[in-house]
Amino acid sequence: MMRQGPSGTLLWALLAIGAAAVAARAHYTTDMSAFLPRSPSPAQRLLVEQLRDGPAARLVMVAISGGSPQARAQVSAQLAKSLRADPAFAAVANGDPAGFDRDRELLFRDRYLLSATVTPERFTVHGLRAAISDSIDGLASPEGLLLKPLFAQDPTGEMLGIVDGLAEERAPRTRDGVWVSPDGQRALLVVQTRAPGSDTDAQEQACDLIRSSFDTALAAGGSAAHGVVMRISGPPVLAVASRDAIRREVVRLSSLGAGLVALLLLIAYRSPAAVILGFLPVASGALAGVAAVALGYGVVHAITLGFGVTLIGEAVDYSIYLFVQRTVLWQLSVWPTIRLGVLTSICGFAALLPSSFPGLAQLGLYSIAGLEAAALVTRFVLPAWLPPGLAIGNLAPLGAGVERLIAKLTSVRLYILLLPALAAVYLYGHRDSLWSRELAALSPISTADQRFDAQLRADTGAPDPGYLVTVAGADREAVLEVSEQASASLARLVAAGVIGGFDAPTRYLPSLALQRERQQSLPPPEELRTRLTAALAGLPLRTERLRPFLHDVEAARAMAPLTPEGLAGTSLETPVESLLMKGSRGWVALLPLRAADGDDVSDATAGRVRAALPEDGEVHVALVDLRGETNRLYSGYLRQAGNLALVGFAAIVLLLLIALRSLERVARIVAPLALAVITVAALLVARGERLTILHVVGMLLIVAVGSNYALFLDHNRARPTRKSVHLTLASLVIANLATVTAFGVLATSRVPVLADLGSTVAPGALLALLFSALIIPAQRAQPAVATAPAPGEAS
Amino acid sequence: MRLVVAAVCAGLVGLWPVSALAHAMEAPPGAAAADEDAGLDELMRLLAERKHGHVAFTETHRLGLLQRPLHSSGELLYDAPDRLEKRTLKPEVEDLVLSGNLLTIHRRGHTHILDLARYPGIADWIESIRATLAGDRASLERNFQVSYSGEPAHWKLVLVPRNADQDASIAEVRIEGSGAALHRLEIRQGDGDSSVMTIGPELPP
Repeated sequence: MMRQGPSGTLLWALLAIGAAAVAARAHYTTDMSAFLPRSPSPAQRLLVEQLRDGPAARLVMVAISGGSPQARAQVSAQLAKSLRADPAFAAVANGDPAGFDRDRELLFRDRYLLSATVTPERFTVHGLRAAISDSIDGLASPEGLLLKPLFAQDPTGEMLGIVDGLAEERAPRTRDGVWVSPDGQRALLVVQTRAPGSDTDAQEQACDLIRSSFDTALAAGGSAAHGVVMRISGPPVLAVASRDAIRREVVRLSSLGAGLVALLLLIAYRSPAAVILGFLPVASGALAGVAAVALGYGVVHAITLGFGVTLIGEAVDYSIYLFVQRTVLWQLSVWPTIRLGVLTSICGFAALLPSSFPGLAQLGLYSIAGLEAAALVTRFVLPAWLPPGLAIGNLAPLGAGVERLIAKLTSVRLYILLLPALAAVYLYGHRDSLWSRELAALSPISTADQRFDAQLRADTGAPDPGYLVTVAGADREAVLEVSEQASASLARLVAAGVIGGFDAPTRYLPSLALQRERQQSLPPPEELRTRLTAALAGLPLRTERLRPFLHDVEAARAMAPLTPEGLAGTSLETPVESLLMKGSRGWVALLPLRAADGDDVSDATAGRVRAALPEDGEVHVALVDLRGETNRLYSGYLRQAGNLALVGFAAIVLLLLIALRSLERVARIVAPLALAVITVAALLVARGERLTILHVVGMLLIVAVGSNYALFLDHNRARPTRKSVHLTLASLVIANLATVTAFGVLATSRVPVLADLGSTVAPGALLALLFSALIIPAQRAQPAVATAPAPGEAS
Repeated sequence: MRLVVAAVCAGLVGLWPVSALAHAMEAPPGAAAADEDAGLDELMRLLAERKHGHVAFTETHRLGLLQRPLHSSGELLYDAPDRLEKRTLKPEVEDLVLSGNLLTIHRRGHTHILDLARYPGIADWIESIRATLAGDRASLERNFQVSYSGEPAHWKLVLVPRNADQDASIAEVRIEGSGAALHRLEIRQGDGDSSVMTIGPELPP
């Protein structure tokens, strides 16, 4: 009966093969950061990239609990030993003094380059006398006793000053020779992987390696290690976990959603052939969507595949309308309505395309291509494939039943329509707390795991920078020099109690200029001997005793400066690597700040820090509120998504106006959709949720899907025949059930991005149909009402 | 580092107030070794009964580096089982707190926290001092050659580190006291340096 069949099928086959080829060669990613927004400014992007691939992103934190403290310490030592021997790990720290000797050697050798107290004044007669008197006083104390073996070489106590300066105030405490949590219940290790943080496969291998090494260490510990368990966290672990979660969810949700929808259709059609054919547009649409995203964005996010479920929910409707409302004049009577529905959906999704939130733009393109393909397949391919004898169950009785139900509900529709009114009031009452402003709300990592991560971070002192001073420039030395100026300003703020503390790369690696300046503070040998003799007058110490000091100072004057390469293999390497980084545009130094009271840095404090920072023409110095910046960015995207959704809504209204040429009809079609959106938003907020960007997308989907219902009901109202009314109602109910099922499955997801979408669209689609049926009454059911019935006329 | 421990040790042992002088028991006649053995047991028992202490001290360090000895003085506080504080008031204020295995030093506005377990050998040594205070003779003897002489009313302990691998810093520790009170603590180092701490009577609360 439909002659486009053969050519349509041929074209479809060619396109399907092409799309499959594109999809097969596409690059898929599960990295959440590919889905989440990128920072817009180049400086911020650099920073985010550095944080993503930099050393902080390669830190695995290990907590060993259970058993006795000694057993934990032993397992920790054993684990550290085997991980240190593995090339997959760049650094392993658990608090034991391995490598400590090397640090001490380096610090002592380079003490006159590293010590902040090395100034010309320090080496005057007066300065030497003051410093040496202090050291002598200290000899009677434990601190001085530490100094005794070094005293003859370092009577001014530079080494002690350096150790003080480097003292990691946030480093974990140790017990039994290894790092432990503050309560002593967990032994802690911090492991840095060698592979970049964005290489999730390598990170997964590294995590597995840590687990198997732990098992080996446990076995080596014998019965003493009984009950000792390990838990790991950190960016690599979370990246692997979120990838696994997304993978599992995408497969689970797609199969569950498809299975349930198939079951529903089987019950409705009573024909397996019809069910299989009904999935043809869905499969074609999914394939087209993936191919379009791959071509448009170069990379397909696994979550986008998860949206395939949403396509099941909507695209399957087209074949339902085809099968159920199959008439001789299908192309004339039903297809135009579907076509308008598809166009409205496309209008809605097209609004997402300009979003700077990569995930939304991908979803928009995927849905446009998918729906378009599904609709075209339904129109031009599927009819030719329908076997002539395809018989589906008689759905007219279902339609008749639905009609009676609507009639009943219509009699109380005032009460039902009170629901959106209440919802609007409720939303107005909660208008200040509607939106989730935190990007973390979209993370697939459970809050328990996020809490554990934060706990371990606090315990191990791993960097979790909220506020950072960034110093960026083309030249490493220039960056280091400006960092030193910034450090001096920050040190004053610490002294004034404005901030609690800060870290800086120059603490471990001073600029060459500063090292040279320090070398120049050291007097020549004869001069130093003369000054020293004068300084020691009256002290219980003879100059001869300090001959090693004279020798070391002379050597230090000619010493080669300390470079990043010179730090290799010491425990200073990691902090320098994480705080001083080379990017594509030059060098960046990071100076993380710590709040004075251990809380967050307040806005007022941030203002004072900003005012204190040095300004430099070549080098860019800025204070970055990293967490706040990310959340502000996200708020921006949220606002943008809201605006885009409104634009999409406006475009849909405009399209309907052009197509239907009746303000009244358009108002009747749009009103139930708007009411459904308001009601769903109120339901979500009442459930204690805060609305995220995905909820906004979900609302757009409600309009896109719901417009089909409204259009069909409106179409029916315009040209009613008893049979077509019943079949239309039946097809709408089945399509609605399919949509609610598919999105209901999505709502059970543990990935918030998918769950948010599902929990919005599933109830929204149901309400859209209900409100449409109440607001757009069938002509036959309301014989007395010629046109738009006022709400009060409901019988 | 050894010396840090020595100082800690000095503090620990200095906590025994004179007022707590125990009722000395007459040692029963017998072999000298048996006497010493019983005497040490009795001393351990007396020491273990003490839970708190607060005394004054003076200390003299003799260092080969310096031409004159250094003098310091202050207070010692102890709470069973493992908290000890040494407050040096002269010539410079310094606070030293041993809690568990952690040694916290406050000096000239700086705070250092040292985990004694990170310094192998010293940990054993400190544990032994704690064992002394706890009256845990077995643990003490694991780490030192212990010689006891005198009688409860006036006794003397000489501790020589057993572990030859240990840093040569500490050659010998001599502790003198009467009953549960310590009077004098002398630490001799391998390089000839030494310190003598003289412990005064219990201070008023």
